[in-house]
Amino acid sequence: MKKKESTLKNMLSSLAIVAGISGVCLGFVYGLTKDRIDAAAQAKKENALRAVLPPFDNEKTETLDMASPDDANRRIEVFKAYQGETLVGVAVNCYTMKGFGGEIDLMAGILPDGTLNKVSVLNMSETPGLGTKMTDPGFYAQFEGKHPASFDMKVKKDGGDVDAITSATISSRAYCDALERAYKIFNQVVANN
Amino acid sequence: MEYIILIISAILVNNIVFAQTLGICPFLGVSSKISSSVGMGAAVVFVITLATLVTFLLNQYVLVPLELGFLQTIVYILVIAALVQMVEIILKKVSPSLYSALGIFLPLITTNCAVLGVALLVIQKNFNLLQSVVYGFSTAVGFGLALVIMAGIREQLELASVPRGMKGSPITLVTAGILALAFMGFANLV
Amino acid sequence: MSARINQWKNFSKGILKENPALVLMLGMCPTLAVTSSAVNGLGMGLATTFVLVLSNMLISAIKTQVPDKVRIPCFIVVIAAFVTVVDLLIKGFLPALGESLGVFIPLIVVNCIVLGRAEAFASKNGVFSSFLDGLGMGLGFTLALTVLGIIREALGAGSFFGSKFIEGDGIIVFILAPGAFIALGFLVALVRRLSGK
Repeated sequence: MKKKESTLKNMLSSLAIVAGISGVCLGFVYGLTKDRIDAAAQAKKENALRAVLPPFDNEKTETLDMASPDDANRRIEVFKAYQGETLVGVAVNCYTMKGFGGEIDLMAGILPDGTLNKVSVLNMSETPGLGTKMTDPGFYAQFEGKHPASFDMKVKKDGGDVDAITSATISSRAYCDALERAYKIFNQVVANN
Repeated sequence: MEYIILIISAILVNNIVFAQTLGICPFLGVSSKISSSVGMGAAVVFVITLATLVTFLLNQYVLVPLELGFLQTIVYILVIAALVQMVEIILKKVSPSLYSALGIFLPLITTNCAVLGVALLVIQKNFNLLQSVVYGFSTAVGFGLALVIMAGIREQLELASVPRGMKGSPITLVTAGILALAFMGFANLV
Repeated sequence: MSARINQWKNFSKGILKENPALVLMLGMCPTLAVTSSAVNGLGMGLATTFVLVLSNMLISAIKTQVPDKVRIPCFIVVIAAFVTVVDLLIKGFLPALGESLGVFIPLIVVNCIVLGRAEAFASKNGVFSSFLDGLGMGLGFTLALTVLGIIREALGAGSFFGSKFIEGDGIIVFILAPGAFIALGFLVALVRRLSGK
């Protein structure tokens, strides 16, 4: 077959056709995968909730949408979990911008008396092998069952009680920053009750 | 203060070449002479800053409101390609001397993954407009810096006797690795 | 007979003789960035292979319909479309892999291998040859990434595809950027030695 001439009309039409077809196909694939992508994100959040809170009744979670204490445009999701009528814990889907690779998203589960139950990292882009160790028990275990009144959630370099990850002080600091924000939100929630 | 940290971290701590390993093809390709690496660096600074600005606005005001986020990659790469063409044409008209200095590097920039990388990273990092542009600019400066340092070393390396199997790209890669180690020393700056 | 040999060559050249990552030195960014573990290397390699095979075939099929001057933009659009498809599929079906590869999946668009093969091979050859070329190049790339991932993971984390074989940490620097450069440098030198160049 002969090659098409490079006339303006041919050039524009072929570009438009290629772009149009690609766009339509992508829209189609997007429609197919959207539900799965959303479901995966939802499942991840639910798993994190189960992991950071004590056992709770599924249908008895109350979701609040609160403004971040540092940025009015940023929303933070808070989950109040009940078993029967008693509040068993509050999970804060909190964030920090101070990570080595930018934003870190985590889910902090706090008991009604303010004790930190467990923390689960949802999203991060920290350095593999260094900052990513925040998901190792060696780091996060030191927070479990601690209360901010008796355990200062800052790294030791900053005068707190937290053992930072070796050669990943920035990531450790960011983790503490996110927890601090989680507690600010938690205190607001408790005050509103 | 926040911006100073952002700039230092983008140039030195999170250097695009040595810490994030983006833009390696031009880094290996154009770093054999200092003069050409300066030209390439300047062209990249120009294009990345502009591309970050345009793609950010496009994402914020067109793609997100229309819920066309899935077209991001296609739109970005087309914008970058068009931008590079435009810069080339404008430069040719406005400043022929600058064009003759940067001209040959411009077409190479479309496939420099640092450009698309930065455009995608600022979205991932949730930066605002000013932060994005500052980040784009300083990342590109970091790229230029890496290129010039590497070129300086490679000019010296030409004169050294390198084992036969290591000649060319292997020794360049190992040198880049050692430089990257040195750049890790900046980690505690911020 | 000779036709069959030619087809075999189209496929096999990418795996060793013209291995894109280790010999042609193309696609360096993902090669260095995502090989911090063997699984990531393998995942990235397969994602790239998928894009490479499909874009090669489609570009070869439409090559006569596209005027020369807008050839490259058209190719880029086709490639970007396939990359987005891969991106969406991985996010939907393999979310964990999607997270660890992150921004590097969309960056397959600017992987010089893909555009390079489109321009150098697919725009001049038939659909079937382009399919073989894409598959060979893609598998060669996957092989290089997986081997590099295995080496870096073994040295840096002391594990093989995620299962630990030593206690504690490895030489952490090997999973960081400097280790990537150094490991790749020596791997390239080794491949050259073996292929007798």
